[in-house]
Amino acid sequence: MDLLYKIFVDPFLQMGTAPDLLVQTLWEGLVAGVLYSLIALGFVLIFKASGVFNFAQGIMVVFAALTLVGLHEHGIPAYLALALTILVMLGLAFAVERLILRPLVNQPDIILFMATFGLTYFLIGFGELIFGGETKIMIANQLGLPRGAIDLKFAGGFVSIQKIDVAAAIIASIMVAGLAIFFQRTRIGRALRAVADSHRAALSVGISLEQIWVIVWFAAGLVALTTGIMWGARSDVSFALDVIALKALPVLILGGLTSIPGAIVGGLIIGIGEKLGEFYWGPLMGSGIESWFAYVIALIFLLFRPQGLFGERIIERI
Amino acid sequence: MRAAGGPDVAVGDVLLSVENVSLSFGGVKAVSDVSFDIRKGEIRAIIGPNGAGKTSMLNVINGFYQPQKGRITFKGQTRAKMRPHDAAYGGIARTFQNVALFRGMTALDNIMAGRTLKMHASFFWQLLRYGPALREEVEHRQRVEEIIDFLKIQEIRRVPVGRLPYGLQKRVELGRALAMEPELLLLDEPMAGMNLEEKEDMSRFVLDVNDHYGTTIALIEHDMGVVMDLSDRVVVLDHGNKIADGTPDEVKRNQAVIDAYLGVAH
Amino acid sequence: MLYREAGQFKSNYAADVAIFPILQDRIGLAVILFIAAVIIPWFGSTFLIQAVMIPFLIFSLAAIGLNLLTGYTGLLSLGTGAFMGVGAYACYKLTTYFPNVNIIIWIAVSGFFSAAIGVLFGLPSLRIKGFYLAVATLAAQFFLSWCFIRQPWFYNYNVSGAIEVPTRSLFGVPVTGATATETTRYFVVLGFVVVMTWIASNLVHGRIGRMWMAVRDMDLAAELTGIRLLPTKLLAFATSSFYCGVAGALLVFLWYGGAEPAVFDVNLSFFILFMVIIGGLGSLTGSFFGAALIFIMPIVLRYLPPKLGIPVHPATVEHIQYMVIGALIILFLIAEPAGLARLWQIGKQKLRVWPFPY
Repeated sequence: MDLLYKIFVDPFLQMGTAPDLLVQTLWEGLVAGVLYSLIALGFVLIFKASGVFNFAQGIMVVFAALTLVGLHEHGIPAYLALALTILVMLGLAFAVERLILRPLVNQPDIILFMATFGLTYFLIGFGELIFGGETKIMIANQLGLPRGAIDLKFAGGFVSIQKIDVAAAIIASIMVAGLAIFFQRTRIGRALRAVADSHRAALSVGISLEQIWVIVWFAAGLVALTTGIMWGARSDVSFALDVIALKALPVLILGGLTSIPGAIVGGLIIGIGEKLGEFYWGPLMGSGIESWFAYVIALIFLLFRPQGLFGERIIERI
Repeated sequence: MRAAGGPDVAVGDVLLSVENVSLSFGGVKAVSDVSFDIRKGEIRAIIGPNGAGKTSMLNVINGFYQPQKGRITFKGQTRAKMRPHDAAYGGIARTFQNVALFRGMTALDNIMAGRTLKMHASFFWQLLRYGPALREEVEHRQRVEEIIDFLKIQEIRRVPVGRLPYGLQKRVELGRALAMEPELLLLDEPMAGMNLEEKEDMSRFVLDVNDHYGTTIALIEHDMGVVMDLSDRVVVLDHGNKIADGTPDEVKRNQAVIDAYLGVAH
Repeated sequence: MLYREAGQFKSNYAADVAIFPILQDRIGLAVILFIAAVIIPWFGSTFLIQAVMIPFLIFSLAAIGLNLLTGYTGLLSLGTGAFMGVGAYACYKLTTYFPNVNIIIWIAVSGFFSAAIGVLFGLPSLRIKGFYLAVATLAAQFFLSWCFIRQPWFYNYNVSGAIEVPTRSLFGVPVTGATATETTRYFVVLGFVVVMTWIASNLVHGRIGRMWMAVRDMDLAAELTGIRLLPTKLLAFATSSFYCGVAGALLVFLWYGGAEPAVFDVNLSFFILFMVIIGGLGSLTGSFFGAALIFIMPIVLRYLPPKLGIPVHPATVEHIQYMVIGALIILFLIAEPAGLARLWQIGKQKLRVWPFPY
């Protein structure tokens, strides 16, 4: 009885009696969710256009951030370092297309998925080799990102909102909107959607698959870079981030692998759900449940709605 | 190799009957209110233009799709829902249009896989590969070799099926189906993609299976010559509806059938 | 010319279904077993046995376990590390509660605990496949990892969060704990690995193996041949987790001598998966090859350059290791998806016709 009370009643009481804490937690969850969404977004981009589950998406976030900071550490001014990093991500896209995608073009999806495992570990080793394995600080100030917090009085208490988080939310929204317009309105966007539908058909109308793949991986790289900057600005830049990057997977399950709105919604749900779960129910179980909470949510979805909230239902025809 | 178990159906009696079966996918009606029967020991052809619902019909019979309306009666037992697994144990085996072999395995292993439902040695003996498990393995290997002899595929026993030419793959698939010792064998376009010589070989195999083992056969086929030569009775589908049912001669002269097939002659 | 099977005719099916029908293969196997059981313990250095052979055998066993699930049955699992952990902690709890029972028995029993957890987390495989199933196994991985760290019951409320292996003996000779020699431990590990590999080989060459491969290759057709999907998949999860659990127990009890929960993390899962991919999905010998490459290569990287006079920073070694492994994965998937095992088979094929080219 006591246990039932602790699970089903007490947390909600806590929420009610300290609404400022609730709002704070919700905000934290929202911010985490935005970042998850961005990672998932890069993933959806690549999956939509090449059918590849890019397990390395999270690592690309870290790699991009590391490159940026690493270049700056070597004395290159911030904005130039940013430009160079963008070039690096372009180079990465070319390399991946040439060395991984093209040789494996006709293989089953699971093989390509496993190839991205290889890519992940390669990038971890490579990034750490070039830039060193110590934790680094993101050059948020040098890039002109805001610092400090806004304290709001709310319901008798305080809610503290980091300016950088607001910036992150705004930038993320701009990026999503930009990508949506890009896909719907431009010629290249149309080509991307064609490739996502059918490689062969796209080839037969003269769309170059190789070009498309480079564009898509570059776009995903840019998303990764933005995410890396935002995330690095909140916490530090190190490859421990990759465990967090794995969180994008439950987000995708929730949102559906092919849906951009799904990635956003999924990310927000997971982010908020996780924070609420950790803060209000975590202490009951020993805390640290953030490490698996998202996965359990994803698992439940997989059992009852495998295509996610926005994905397409797959019917197997024989 | 007669299938064991189940109420015995005498030759000539109805083995399987399809009653008022309707099947749709989303909004598309694949099969509309189709009824026909298959008598024991006969070779029944299911024909019709592309998209007529023939493969869907076969899928319903072996339990892949559950029809929205109607029912199937097999060996006197009517089932509302039949799972593929139940169909297999009941004595229904099947080959596929696009050859559904196990590509990671050799031809021999594929056919041995067809013996799975006859192999009962427990997990414990499997761990040791001794005693009942080993005896079973040898015994069933013997049976499978009989099928291999019958289908004349001795040389390719140990070849991974992915490397075999299409015609041989279809033969291996037939072997796997035969290994199940079915009472009813469903063949989905067994001659598709074959040249004349291969077709003659396959036709002979189909006839032999029916003659020698007494297996009832339902086959989907596009080659009219094959259909006329092999089958005892024919049912014709078009756009999901049954438009004719009878002996090959009757069906050949049926105006509705001619209209449906207008222009198509092999 | 040496490796020819000409003249080796089988006169009955019993001989033909034997797992090593070719005489040269049987001789080869005998030689390998002789080297493993006699040469290495007698002539091998402490370093060779402790730092190379024991872990190599243990990781091979884990790789076999994962191979049964992913290579033979086609169910991609990223939870191997956690299942190994279940075995290790089960063994630990069992032997602390019942210290007088033979440790060999507890190691074997801990496999069953792992198998049970494996079946539990394998239940979703009824409805989900491929990438989605991989994510479900990640749920198992993260949840169980968290249990090992945050649930003090697992490590007997030890303040440090780590477990230390108590001394246990077999016929009066210590096999675990600080006093056990590496040779004794090597023999125990070798015993487990030889027996369990033999059992795995029996399974995959018989009905069960065919059922698993059928499910992997085309599960719809498998169903139609009368194979029930869920029991077959769950059996794969159970068997695979059993092997991983025993490997985990061996890892802690007969190699490390203790464990921190971080040992059984997602990185371990990936490493074992890489062993299976590089060694060859669906091949037992491949599991050994893969374990050898992934495990021994870092040792070579760490110890060879100093011997050649090139100073190398230990952190750099780890970075290069990751790069090489990542690159190898991609390379193998492109060039030889069937892994080292296939290369080995091609090699044997060439031996068959040697000295002729074909």
